[in-house]
Amino acid sequence: MKLTLDINGATYRIEVEARHTLADAIRQECGLTGTHVGCEHGICGACTVIVGGEAVRSCLMFAVQAEGQPIRTVEGLAPPGGFHPLQTAFMAHHGLQCGFCTPGFLMLAASVLERDPHASDAALRDSLSANLCRCTGYQGIIDAVLAAARAMRSKGG
Amino acid sequence: MMGWAGRPILRLEDPALVRGQGHFTADLPARFRVRFVRSVVAAGRIVRIMPPDGATVFTIADLAGVKPIRPMLHKFGYIPIEQPVLADGIVRYVGDPVAVVVADSDAAAEDIADQVEVEIIAAAPVTNARDAAAPGAPLVRAEVPGNIVVEAAIETAGHRLAISRTHRVVACSVRSNRQNASPLEPRAAHAAFDPASWRVTLTATTQTPHMMRTVIADLLGIREADLRVIAPDVGGGFGQKMSLAPEFVVLVWLARHLRTSVAWTEDRRENLMASFHARDMDLSVTGAFDAGAKLIALTGEVLANVGAYAPYPNTAAVEPLMSLAELPGPYDVAEYACRVRGAVTNTCSSAPYRGVARPALTLAMERLMDKAAREFGIEPWDIRRRNLVTRFPYVSASGLTYDPGTYLETMERALSMADAPSFRARQAVARAAGRYLGIGLSTFCERTGYGSPAFAARGMDVTPGWETVRIAMDPSGAVEARIGASPHGQGLETALAQIIADELGVTPEAIRVIHGDTDDTPYGWGTFASRSLVIAGGASLLAARKVRRKLLAIAATMLEADAADIMLDDGAARIVGTDRTIPIATLARASYHQAHRFEVEPGLAESATYDPAGTFSNACHLAIVEVDVETCAVSIERFIVAEDAGRLINPMIVDGQIRGGVAQGIANALLEEVVYTDAGDPLSTSFADFLLPTVREIPRIEIAHLQTSATPSITAAKGLGEGGAIGAPAAVMNAINDALAPFGAEIDEMPATPARIHAALREAG
Amino acid sequence: MKPAPFTYHAARSVEQAVALLGALAPEGGRILAGGQSLVPIMAFRLAQPSHLIDINRIPGLDRMAVDGDRLSVGATVRHAAFRASAVPGPLGGLLATVAAHIGHGPIRARGTLCGSLVHADPASEWCLVFATLGGEMVAHGPRGVRTIAAAGWFRGIMTTALAEDEMLVEARLPLLVGGARFGFCEQSRRAGDFAMAMALVTYRVVDGRIIEPRVGIGGAEAVPRRVTAAEAVLDGHVPDPAAFARASDVAAASIEPMEDPQIPVTLRRDLVRASTRRALLGSLQ
Repeated sequence: MKLTLDINGATYRIEVEARHTLADAIRQECGLTGTHVGCEHGICGACTVIVGGEAVRSCLMFAVQAEGQPIRTVEGLAPPGGFHPLQTAFMAHHGLQCGFCTPGFLMLAASVLERDPHASDAALRDSLSANLCRCTGYQGIIDAVLAAARAMRSKGG
Repeated sequence: MMGWAGRPILRLEDPALVRGQGHFTADLPARFRVRFVRSVVAAGRIVRIMPPDGATVFTIADLAGVKPIRPMLHKFGYIPIEQPVLADGIVRYVGDPVAVVVADSDAAAEDIADQVEVEIIAAAPVTNARDAAAPGAPLVRAEVPGNIVVEAAIETAGHRLAISRTHRVVACSVRSNRQNASPLEPRAAHAAFDPASWRVTLTATTQTPHMMRTVIADLLGIREADLRVIAPDVGGGFGQKMSLAPEFVVLVWLARHLRTSVAWTEDRRENLMASFHARDMDLSVTGAFDAGAKLIALTGEVLANVGAYAPYPNTAAVEPLMSLAELPGPYDVAEYACRVRGAVTNTCSSAPYRGVARPALTLAMERLMDKAAREFGIEPWDIRRRNLVTRFPYVSASGLTYDPGTYLETMERALSMADAPSFRARQAVARAAGRYLGIGLSTFCERTGYGSPAFAARGMDVTPGWETVRIAMDPSGAVEARIGASPHGQGLETALAQIIADELGVTPEAIRVIHGDTDDTPYGWGTFASRSLVIAGGASLLAARKVRRKLLAIAATMLEADAADIMLDDGAARIVGTDRTIPIATLARASYHQAHRFEVEPGLAESATYDPAGTFSNACHLAIVEVDVETCAVSIERFIVAEDAGRLINPMIVDGQIRGGVAQGIANALLEEVVYTDAGDPLSTSFADFLLPTVREIPRIEIAHLQTSATPSITAAKGLGEGGAIGAPAAVMNAINDALAPFGAEIDEMPATPARIHAALREAG
Repeated sequence: MKPAPFTYHAARSVEQAVALLGALAPEGGRILAGGQSLVPIMAFRLAQPSHLIDINRIPGLDRMAVDGDRLSVGATVRHAAFRASAVPGPLGGLLATVAAHIGHGPIRARGTLCGSLVHADPASEWCLVFATLGGEMVAHGPRGVRTIAAAGWFRGIMTTALAEDEMLVEARLPLLVGGARFGFCEQSRRAGDFAMAMALVTYRVVDGRIIEPRVGIGGAEAVPRRVTAAEAVLDGHVPDPAAFARASDVAAASIEPMEDPQIPVTLRRDLVRASTRRALLGSLQ
């Protein structure tokens, strides 16, 4: 079926089978390979993207379902050449090692902070249990997200 | 200015990765997608394979001439076992690749794979090592008598006599259930045939690109020059991506056969049932102690379930042989006897996973020490104070030489961080209130950065060890370092750049570390066994020194000074004590374009190889847990690591390695378990069944560093990639047992699931 | 792990969805709501529906409102909609508490309450809520609209009273009267995992004594249910730890736990006891 996806403000006209997941469409048809696929059954969260303002598992949505809603991926997190405060914080706090889970964690954390910039540390930490990281033991990720939250608040974001 | 090494500089790898600009294998488009048809029975004989009409499906008959995988070692009664790259008439575990489907999309390939009818006459499977090793067990493979593929033993001369004379003998049997390393990126491969050069480029999730090229070329009977292997960004490996995937061989064969590009990405279910497993081990240890609780003699018996096949290059013997050599760990014991065996079964093959056998060995030794402490009526730390090795170099009863470390000092540091004496008071108060806290220690040493002599002792056909690094400063003054190691998340590019920067007087950002491409890097072994920082780091230092010498010679000519009076720093060569400088970039340009002026060879490209004996790092892990005796849930209140990995090149990266390893170790102790039914059906085939920890299961890990500088490692750095995973399980298990002590309950099998803790409590009444 | 092929239909109205389902259910057509349970089992090809009728674009189905003495929840109301204070009164607190235990944020952003009721996993939190509080399900099908009481909804593991050609359009819960107390406790291996056992309790206190107690147990048997024997222990008694302990013992003894090699029967019973007692103790806060 022919679809139009709106990803990071750009329009992608693609043709896929109905069974094609949003994750596969983003990666294969739209060529945005920053979104990763780790389990395809909704547990690991590597494929997390923001659809209509909510972080979702893009392996648990069919591409056709995302038509008409703005989609954001890691490629659209920061302006070209720049870094989102979360990206800066992940680098500063060693929130990544192999980098495979990182885009999913960034989009998860971005959606949480956008919805509630004043989320408590405990709530932020809790929200991060949605995704799996196999490398870091999570400490760097927690520290990064808490630091980014502070940075974004102090910028009045 | 101070050197770059030793500073927690931010990683050079990160800007691309946080922007989603990493290049992972599965990102590559291909003409065809590949899916493997896998056995659904654990043991049997294939009668027929019937693909649907019109489908492109290949079996081993089509791959005639492709040799079976057959890694070899020439010691310990090892019986070589073969693995055809697709099943050749016999299936040996659920997940065994039987046929390969080629289609236009992953989904279409899976549709076809589902329709391939594989008729199998099922046989009775053997699924665990105890059954396999029992007398009269059905043979998993006709060529392996008694199902024992490797058996080795050691006994020191005075062992028997020492046991007969000792004061007290303490026995301990532990079981480590099967694990899957579970990197978040599943295995993947992309093979592209180039009609112009007649070469195939294999891009794959591997920790060992050069070794992959060698073995795949061997199996296909082609020249290595006709195959290029690329390990791009790799999404974690932990050992699982060090061994040869038979699927890789099939992919290269397909690319050559079809003269196009083909790609395969395993799904999570395949990864969990048919990649590689590890740590399926039973261990019995007996310690003979004198009246002062000093260990006099140690006896060990280890049985490992190695699965159906022998992974290349390590063979099926890696866990048993690691056990034989390293069971005594950090303890001083003069007399040692041990028998280790590996049993083949109808389960997925076992291969190295971060720590290789040592998480289970450490569990056995640390449980032994805690049991002995209880029998002697002393604290766990007291018995360790009497038994840890404190004089170096120390030659272990198994013949290993331990270079200087801080086995006792790290434990004391951990104890003081935990305020262990006051914990006992707190524990008593909590118990009175019906809350059960426990403290657990795990002390261990870890052989890291070992070169070819250590591997040669195993008698392997393939003897890894050394690493080569080629460093070239180009005419603009930028540096490229080409390495045979193959990092996949460790931050090695940054750490090597720090080492090289200090030699060449440039910033780490000026150094590009190139790895993971057999066309573009010197032959090397890859990244595994806590070796890359030590060995590739040592080679980087040696190569950088060569480049440095040339730069100094050129600078001496250009500054009209003695090379001994010149230092390289901050991008310039300077005559010490003066302000006379010349930019290093100017020296670089001159070395190529004004070479006639200098007595050294033109250019600034140098190569060096490093093949060290190895160095032992050490640590003490300390866990404080609470066991909810109603629900049998365990929560970790504190987790402390005091460790010694020698000189820290990048402390931020070091802490990340420790934390990541500890998280895997905690999961090993509490959550993760690959379960098979007696019929050989794997039950742990999704992330809803194989339980990786989330942020909520992993506590904040407190870390202290001691830095022993007296090490044979020329950078003074020791390896540390595996230590977290080695030490953490025993600390958690000891803490659980300490918590359960009032009930007289003991648990020596991990993971300590609610069901096992519940059973232990019921058994204790 | 790619789903088997299917034909996709985006329904624009309940009537259209029901008509499509009526026509396609006999050949394997199914409703697609949040997809957080259905899509994973499709990925494993454990479910291979030939048609999916997507109801996410039907206007008004995301309606959640108090209608008189009950809360109506439309078929596409997400778990995330039950955030604190989304629903007034003690029921709102109960639903927010329970919703926080369902999967994780991104799952709650897509998954639906009605979808959970139709999926009927024994460990589903929403199923426990309906089994405990009562309520009713409004099903539309080729034979018209029918209302099914929660008590008759759950038929077995992942089996409900809903016919395969019927669509659950709305679920309704009775509001808890002012002053009602509740407690919820769930035991799971990891954060966000399915329950090994869980308990939901509600009651009121009049003259210092418990009235109208409800004790629901989920995750332990094939279907969640009230344990009336445990309620009888509480009824008319002072809400104190001793009574709670007795009721928990009775709840544990009343359960016939599911067999599972990972969770032996005796452990499951202990988990039921602990969950019940802790839910009851939680009701005091």
